[in-house]
Amino acid sequence: MSATVEVSGLRVTAHTEEGGEAVIVDDVGFTIGQGEVMALIGESGSGKTTIALATMGYCRGGCRITGGSVNVFGREILALDRKTLRGLRGRQIAYIAQSAAAAFNPSRSIMAQVIESALIHGTMTAEAARTKARQLFRELALPDPDRIGDRYPHQVSGGQLQRLMAAMALINDPELVIFDEPTTALDVTTQIEVLRAFKAVVRTRKTTGIYVSHDLAVVAQIADRIAVLRHGRLQETGPTGRLVTAPEDSYTRQLIAAATPARRTAGDAPAPAEAAPLLRVEGLLAGFGAARPGALPPITALQDIDLSIRRGRTLGVIGESGSGKSTLARVVAGLLPAARGRILLDGQALPATLQGRNRDQLRRIQIVFQNADTALNPARTVEQIIARPLAFYHGQGDRQRRQRLHRLLDLVRLPAAVADRLPGELSGGQKQRVNLARALAADPELILCDEVTSALDTVVGEAVLDLLTELQRELGVALMFISHDLGVVRSISHEVLVLRQGRTVEAGPTEQVLRAPQAAYTKLLLASVPELRPGWLDERARVVSAA
Amino acid sequence: MTQPALDDIELPRRRTRRLRLSAAGVIGAAIVLAAIAVAAFGWAFAPYDAGAVIDTEVFKPVSAAFPLGTDYLGRDMLSRVLLGARYTVGIAGLATLLACGAGVCLGLFAAAIGGWSDAILSRTLDALTSIPSKMLALVLVAGLGSSTPILVLTLAFIYLPGCFRITRALGVNIAAEDFVLAARARGERAGYIMLQEVLPNMVGPILADFGLRFVFVVLLLSSLSFLGLGVQPPNADWGSLVRENISGLSEGAPAVIMPAIAIAVLTIGVNLLIDSLPGRRRERH
Repeated sequence: MSATVEVSGLRVTAHTEEGGEAVIVDDVGFTIGQGEVMALIGESGSGKTTIALATMGYCRGGCRITGGSVNVFGREILALDRKTLRGLRGRQIAYIAQSAAAAFNPSRSIMAQVIESALIHGTMTAEAARTKARQLFRELALPDPDRIGDRYPHQVSGGQLQRLMAAMALINDPELVIFDEPTTALDVTTQIEVLRAFKAVVRTRKTTGIYVSHDLAVVAQIADRIAVLRHGRLQETGPTGRLVTAPEDSYTRQLIAAATPARRTAGDAPAPAEAAPLLRVEGLLAGFGAARPGALPPITALQDIDLSIRRGRTLGVIGESGSGKSTLARVVAGLLPAARGRILLDGQALPATLQGRNRDQLRRIQIVFQNADTALNPARTVEQIIARPLAFYHGQGDRQRRQRLHRLLDLVRLPAAVADRLPGELSGGQKQRVNLARALAADPELILCDEVTSALDTVVGEAVLDLLTELQRELGVALMFISHDLGVVRSISHEVLVLRQGRTVEAGPTEQVLRAPQAAYTKLLLASVPELRPGWLDERARVVSAA
Repeated sequence: MTQPALDDIELPRRRTRRLRLSAAGVIGAAIVLAAIAVAAFGWAFAPYDAGAVIDTEVFKPVSAAFPLGTDYLGRDMLSRVLLGARYTVGIAGLATLLACGAGVCLGLFAAAIGGWSDAILSRTLDALTSIPSKMLALVLVAGLGSSTPILVLTLAFIYLPGCFRITRALGVNIAAEDFVLAARARGERAGYIMLQEVLPNMVGPILADFGLRFVFVVLLLSSLSFLGLGVQPPNADWGSLVRENISGLSEGAPAVIMPAIAIAVLTIGVNLLIDSLPGRRRERH
């Protein structure tokens, strides 16, 4: 097998704010054989996308390729001039970006954009390109392949758009395709369809590929070999099967361990059933666009929701995008008043609106948002952020408040030195800890966690999950843990609730629901979560086609 | 409890947060400070009485006795420019502060309450924006008579709607962010949310707007004075100085060029300073 891509000693630097140069990729080298798919895996900031882009001779603004060589199809990419590179890109090397929704021009038809690069490079006539595109649509298992090209990007689903972008990339039969996290933004059930389509196309066309991802389980399905990156350096390279089953590097082992979260609540004895629930929701209906408070909303987001959470327990809420899971948290928090139904806290009815609730009721339920970048005021220091709920709910003196602040920072495992920092000066995981500390400052009985680990790297997210479990044990706080990630929900929840299009699909104790699901949708969800072993996708395809 | 991931524990290197101006910012700051100093104490350094006719020769070129020449009546130009600084910097500065102060307050108020009150306030001020600023200023000053307080209030009134628009738009956008939602969920009142959560995040754009608006005010004041409705003789701001001496333009007299240069330097200085303030470079991640 001859190598089509040979990277050696690659070094990329970036300008820093202070005017210096920071090395973001250092001494990276690998080879990819003809028809092979190589995965670059690593967490955010590991340099995986930078390396993938360097194989096209491209680097992002502020970055520079300062050393090494990139040889693609026997040509030294880094020595080529702009014009030659332009001829190469989109023709011999194609790129599939993470967000298809952002990569398509909303005001042009899909077909015009799919065949654009064929026309730019003059590889075929418009008519031939359209025929080719339809054939690709068919290969990518897109519905209505003869007419889908006439639609506009907003008229197709996210998963379809991602496949259409693959068609765009493949129109010129490129020899090398770069997949940059192409399924990360998709729901699990959609991701699997897209993955299957990608795999089929790559196989039949014998395309050489670079697959950039942070998700080991996804990569294990599509890649022949995996390169693990960390802080811009190569940690380990190897065939997928070997790397997943017998990793040599300690960081790879850490990644694999984080990919399959351990059950954190298994040892807990079941709570006495007769204990009154802390939170009880009955017949909830909520939505958007109501003409006046209390009116039935024209757009319903949640319907007929019943649930209860007991003290010190965790209810996991599972659902895909649009299932209403975040809305549920907002309704319980009072941010979006429910139109119908009752919310009972400790047996007492909670007013639907924020204005109707008294300060103590507000204090007892706290909400933690998904994205700590936007949930923390960038203009205020960590101390100001955490001290505010202390003053607001407890109104202690300055000295007491400072002590409590340090206790809280300690509780979320942050050094006291973060107190006078701005959120922008912290890492993602640290910001999420501050976000949690702010909720804890209220001394709540229930914390609503809305996708709190979704924006974090796996390893960092794991640490936050550990923290949550520990806090629950120490403080006896109840959690509503909302996530699209089944593995995470399974790991932390005592009970789960599966939502779909605003309705409850299934609810019950975690193991019971996830081990022996009753509803077809729960079964589908469970079957869609990639497992960390090569060949899982093919097996599943056989199971589905046999069924 | 397992050890948290390493990336999660190590604090990233701290960015320097003290005020660090760029070279352009230092120049701007120097110009602004100098302008304020001249406005406050300039009269003490004036070589002659600004109103007195000193020399028989008008539009004299630059000389040792008259560093900026003489004006159309033979008065010392340096003394007059030093006197003019008080009016230009003072009136424009006050008017801009007033316009931005009131604009920010109203804008935040409108963004906070929304609904009908917001709509009425916004449409009223939009209607004001639709009247050409010069015309409105002429009508107001002509109607109310020209005095320093009237000038300040008129200029502030004219530039208030623009500032209101920007603040309201920023306020509405920032109020939709998660950290504001978190504050609302906590039960915070609208006043706290607007002043503590929203306002600190719009300091940058508002400062930039302040700089721009200051320039507009200086120019409008200059044109009002040029039309004879601004600062009344024998006092003069830099704009009136240009008008008084306009007949010297054909001779290339420094009397008409110097105040014009002063206006240009001041407006550029203000913007250099404001563009380099740290709030202008708020980073987003």
